[in-house]
Formats: sequence, structure tokens, C-alpha cells
Amino acid sequence: MTEAAYAYKFLTQPEVRFLEAACERLIPADQLGPGAREAGVACFIDGQLASPWGLHGRQYRTGPWQEGTPQQGFQSPLTPQEIYRAGIREIDMHCRAEYAKAFQFLDAALQDELLHRMEADDLPLPSLSSGLFFALLLRNTMEGFFADPLYGGNRDKTGWRLIGFPGVAAANYTEALEDHNQPYLVEPVSILDIEQQRAQVDAQGYAKHIKLRVEPKP
Amino acid sequence: MTTRLPPVDILVVGVGVAGSILCKELAATGLKIVGLERGRMIDPQHDFAMPYAHDELKYDRHSDILQNLSRETLTFRNKMQEKALPMREMGSFKPGECVGGAGMHWGAHARRFLPWDFEVRSRTLDRYGTNHMPEDWTGQDWGLSYDEIESYYDQFEHIYGVGGKAGNLEGAIQPGGNPFEGTRSREFPNPASQRTYAGALFAEAAQSLGKTPFQNPTAAMTSPYTNLYKMTLGQCVRGGFCNSHGCAMGAKASPLTTVIPTLAKHPNFELRTHTNVTRVDLDSDGKRAIGVTYIDARGREVHQPADLVILASYTFNNTRLLLLSGIGKPYDPVANQGVVGRNYAYQTGARVAMFFDDKVFNPFMGGGALTTSIDDYNGDNFDHAGQGFIGGAYLAAQSNGATPIRSINVPPGTPRWGGEWKQAAAQNYNRNFSIYAHGGCQSRRGNYLDLDPTYRDANGLPLLRMTFDWGENEQRLSAYAIERALEIAKLIGPAKLGVHPLSKTYSIVPYQSTHNVGGAAMGADPATSVVNKYLQSWDVPNVFVVGASAFPQNSANPPTLTVGALACWTADAIKDEYLAKPRPLA
Repeated sequence: MTEAAYAYKFLTQPEVRFLEAACERLIPADQLGPGAREAGVACFIDGQLASPWGLHGRQYRTGPWQEGTPQQGFQSPLTPQEIYRAGIREIDMHCRAEYAKAFQFLDAALQDELLHRMEADDLPLPSLSSGLFFALLLRNTMEGFFADPLYGGNRDKTGWRLIGFPGVAAANYTEALEDHNQPYLVEPVSILDIEQQRAQVDAQGYAKHIKLRVEPKP
Repeated sequence: MTTRLPPVDILVVGVGVAGSILCKELAATGLKIVGLERGRMIDPQHDFAMPYAHDELKYDRHSDILQNLSRETLTFRNKMQEKALPMREMGSFKPGECVGGAGMHWGAHARRFLPWDFEVRSRTLDRYGTNHMPEDWTGQDWGLSYDEIESYYDQFEHIYGVGGKAGNLEGAIQPGGNPFEGTRSREFPNPASQRTYAGALFAEAAQSLGKTPFQNPTAAMTSPYTNLYKMTLGQCVRGGFCNSHGCAMGAKASPLTTVIPTLAKHPNFELRTHTNVTRVDLDSDGKRAIGVTYIDARGREVHQPADLVILASYTFNNTRLLLLSGIGKPYDPVANQGVVGRNYAYQTGARVAMFFDDKVFNPFMGGGALTTSIDDYNGDNFDHAGQGFIGGAYLAAQSNGATPIRSINVPPGTPRWGGEWKQAAAQNYNRNFSIYAHGGCQSRRGNYLDLDPTYRDANGLPLLRMTFDWGENEQRLSAYAIERALEIAKLIGPAKLGVHPLSKTYSIVPYQSTHNVGGAAMGADPATSVVNKYLQSWDVPNVFVVGASAFPQNSANPPTLTVGALACWTADAIKDEYLAKPRPLA
């Protein structure tokens, strides 16, 4: 799936540019491989926001609303859609006021500094906690980098290649488990690969893994 | 307007691990039995078909086989002085909502409880005296001993096809098994699981310290198996995607793979899905149940009369239905009186992570409780004199199938994101494993369940409120267990160690375990228990309350096997004693 083939269902273009920039700082491209931008994490987040989760469809959403202790967990009356929409807008407003540029145009060091301040809940925003927004952004970025490519992220299984995760299991693990301390290096197989007939499955539907010859050097 | 249906003999509320077995065992009587399940039907062949069963995002984050919190959740606070707030998203535990309940996505850990677990109070007093009792302790004996329930453990193991190696056969200690387990009347129905590389390293180090490692009992089939009900299960291929997932191979024992298809063949049994029971209806003097009221899939309020009502839903719902129905006196922690909601407990989790430069573990392989453990520090298997706590933990190297969203471990000091994190994730995913300390949890006065005064469910009924924090006993227990885990970890000799102790304050946010217990505790004394040793209500004898809600405190061991054994035990008590002459059985 190329980005050109992706039609955004919820995010606006400025929101996409913000997310591409911010997520790329969370998981940057480097000598180990592509980062969150190339992995399509912004597409993933768009899909999540357009899903029932974006409206907290299975979460309890009845008031009264009250900020609790950290141990009591998420208590915001905002849905993920609202958190992203307000969070992105208000951080960009902050960046324009302080640096006369949107977040995406700041240099990497400054972007990192702002993300650290959000993480520490130390970037006051008009309508929500920057820590709340950051927590959601980090969680969704990790999900988008490592979830099945079915959901628009982890493009070319880049997250799985990074760590050596084979994706959909093969039926030979019972034997492979006997080879102690031997790396099991295969071309990862996704649900999307199987759906699009790029990968073979056995009679039970388990993936047929193709061995890789060389260990990718970390 | 309430729709009144013709009466039936027995109603079972909740068709999960306990409810399915109760329905099946009682169906043999020929009586008319109706199972009421608020969730939907599951068809494992379609719901968990490959490759879609191997979707971590769906099953770990957005699963529709878990409780839909938009309709009902619970509220939570750490202590009575706080305002309880709703658990708005799934976190610490994952109650199920479907036919099969949480038994569809469990991890298949199939340990029995220790004999000590059933007699915690009297054995603690006998061995250590009153000075050794935890502060504000509400723990108690079950009124039921291990020896009484042993044959029911055996029965459930032969329904769920448990694999393992006996450590104590009729009193004789067996090599390869757990020497600390209670006496078994016969071997496991399936062989023990294979040992992974992580398990082998753990076992070797534990053994060199004089401990006795063994393969954890598992309800993921270690060989193809036909159970007591003639249901056949295939062998587990250790493909991971197990905890939180349904099994694509049908190799993980669950209500759907072991019981329900044969149950459905009984003409006197009827399963009603999408029926949410809102109360047990009592007669005018409140001493006898006359049936239940539920909301059906069309939104109608339905009264279903019955002679016998068995609550067999999750810990929380069993307790909440008792409170909503006015069965038993609600617990008052200030006066320390009343019983319903008392004895809520959980389990303590801590771990030591080990990072290696020269070892790889292929951690994506596994699942089905593929675990090597030791019981030397579990229960009262070691001397607690001077330790300041009771109970213990089992230590385990477990190969659960490390899916990448939730299972990337990095060494301590690594940033949570950025290039350095990425480097550490790539380096360590395949080169680490943890020794887990699965600890017990005593019940105490400040930890309890009641009805929330503010928040309501989709039907306008009060949510259950949980007040819970770790006690000093749990902190000391877990700290002790982590020290023992560290001794083993250091012998294994990793390049780096990461210690993850028990949280200072219990938080409902991170996933820990779906091992919530108590609220409708069993016991020998009606002043401190909701149900008698047959899980029969002291107050309303034609109501039985079956599940982990009956545990008066929690073992270190996962609860499912004991829930199943209690269901078998109660089914026999009803069949052999109660039905012949309905009466209080104790």
C-alpha cells in the first residue's frame, strides 16, 4: 500500500503533517531502518480515529466527569477524535506564537524538546493536558508501528523487521522451540499479505515462513 | 411492562467456565435448565479463524469478546477517603462478555491451589500464632479442604485436558513434578509441556540453588485429547497470540471447545444470549428466590420464574447481582460487619527482566502457559517466621508469545521513545526474558466491593464500586519474591537486569491479571461468609453463587482451575443432595 492510495477518513492535511513530523521523532528513521513516517503511522492513526475507538465506542462515557488520581486512569470527557483535533491545533498555535512556524517546520531538536515537555505535562494548552495527548500519541504510534499492516501502519512490516517478529505464526514452532539459542529468521508474514495472496498458508491457515539467510545486523 | 415467561427448573446466570459446566452436569438430571448469557454466541471456527486470530491490535486493544464498558463498568478508588471514578477503558483486568466468558481469552494456566490456600487462617495460627496475622486481615478458611475437592480438580482437569507431570501421586513425591502440590489421585490427562530455552536456563539456575523446577500445568493441549464429554481438542502449536486471543486451533481448553457443543445437544437445556440479568427476584419474606429479571436483546424486561437460581458470572457481577437483589447483608468496612462485598482480593505481580548479548529466545513462540516454574516460595512452602507476611509467590519463566505492541522490553534507563529507544528495542526484543513472581493477595478490611452512589449502567442501575490497594502483607511478600527471583537471575548471568517490583499503590491502568476474587466469599460461618461450603447462599438457600467470587482471599496461583473444580463440586452437591430435598446443605 502506498501513501498515495490512502484516503484520509478523519485527519485534515495539516493534522497529517503534524503527525508525520511528531511520530517520526518518536520512532525516527536511522541506520536500522525506516521510522514512523515511512511506516505509515499517520495513516494508522487516521484509521483508528475513524473507527469506533475514535469515539470511545466501547468505553464508559457517562458523567459526572472529574479528574482522578493517576491510579484511576483515563477520565477525560474528550474522545480520541477530540483529543487529536484540539491537541494538534493547540500545539501548532503554541509553535506559531513562540517560533512563528508550525510544529512540522521546527528543527528536530526543538521538536524533541516540545515532545519532552508534553510528555512531562509541562506544555500548558488551552483545553487539554499535553500529557494526556502525548500519552495517546505515543501509544498509537507504537501500535501503528507494530500492528498488522492491515491497519495502514507498519508498512512493509517495517516494525516487525526491526525486531525480528515473524507476524502470523507458522505451525512449526513446536519443533523450532527445541533449537535452543538458535535465531528463527524468516520473512515476516502479515494478515494483509495473506489476504492479498502474497504469502502461502498451510491447510490450517498458518503461515508458511520463508527462512532468511542472513541475520539483519542491529 | 414485564414479560412473564413460563417457569423452568434451574436458571444459570452466566455461561462461562463455571456456568457451562453447571449447565452440563445438571442437564443430566433431565430438569429444564436455562443458561442466561449477556454476551453473544461465539463460533470458534469463524470468530477465531486464521489468519485473523493473529491480530494483536484487535484482541489486545479492541476486542469485542471483552466486556463492553460503554454499557457497564465498575468504579474504583484506592481508599475509602477518595471519590471512586469509573474505569472508563479496559486496563488492569479483562472480564469477558460472550458465551464462554473470560474462559475464551484466558492464558490456559492450569495450576491447582495448594492445600494451604484453603486453610490459610487456621494453618497460619497453628504454625506462627496470632502475632503473625496481617493487619486488618479478613482472610479465612474456605470451609472446604483440598482433600474434599481433589476429585473435582481431577474431574475438571479431565474436562479441560490439562497437561503436566504429577509431583505428588497419592502421597509419593514424583520426579519431574511439583513436590509442593497437594496429593493427586492420578496422573494428568496430558503430558507436561516442552521446555523452552528460557525455561531451561531458569530451571538450571533454580536447580543449582536446590529448588525444584517443573513445567507449569497447562490447558493448551500437549497432545490431541478427547475429554470426559467426548469433545476432541487438537494439539497446541505454540504459535503465540494466546492470552487475550481465542485459539485458532481449538487447542486451548475453553467452554466452547470442551463443554458447550455437547451441552447444546440436551433437549432440556436452552441457552439465551444477549440477556442481561438485573436481579434475582425474591418472595415477600426475602428467603426464597422465585426467578430472575433480565433485559433481553429486544430491550424487554423479562421475568423468568425458576425453582433454583445459580449465579455463575464473573466475580464482579456475582457480587453486584447479590447487592442489587438484596441477598445477604452488604459489607460495612467501618463496623467490619456484613458479608457481601467483603474479601475482595487480587494477585501481586512483579518481575526481573534479564537482557543478554549472546542469547536469543524467539519470544514470539509459545503461549498456552508454556512456563517453567518453582513453588519453593509459594504459599507456606517455606518458613515465614520473622518475615512479616503470609503467603508467597511462584517464580516462573514463561513463554507467552511476545507480540510486539505489548511485549517489547528494554533495559532500565532506556528512554521511552526516540532513536535510543528504537536501538534498544531492536537489540533486546529477541534477547531478553523475565522471571515473574506471581504472588498471592490476602483480603483485608479496607478492600471491598459495594454499589457506587453516583455512577450507573445503561439500564440505570448502580455500578459496582471497588475500593482496593495493596496491603503491607502484599508489599512484603512481593519484595521477598523479587529478591528470590534476583538470586536466580544473577546465576543465569545476563548482561543487564531490570527489576519491576509491585507498584507502591495499586493502579487500575496497566494490565495485570483477570484474577479478581471475593465479594461472595465461602466459609463455615454465616457472619463472615456469603455462601456455605457448597456455594449455597446462607440467606436464600435456593440461590448458589459459583466462581472466584467465593474465594475468601487469593492464592498465588491463577484461579481458573479452582473455579472449574468448584463448579464440578457444586454441581454434585446440587445433584446428589439438594435436588432430592431442597434445603440448606450446611
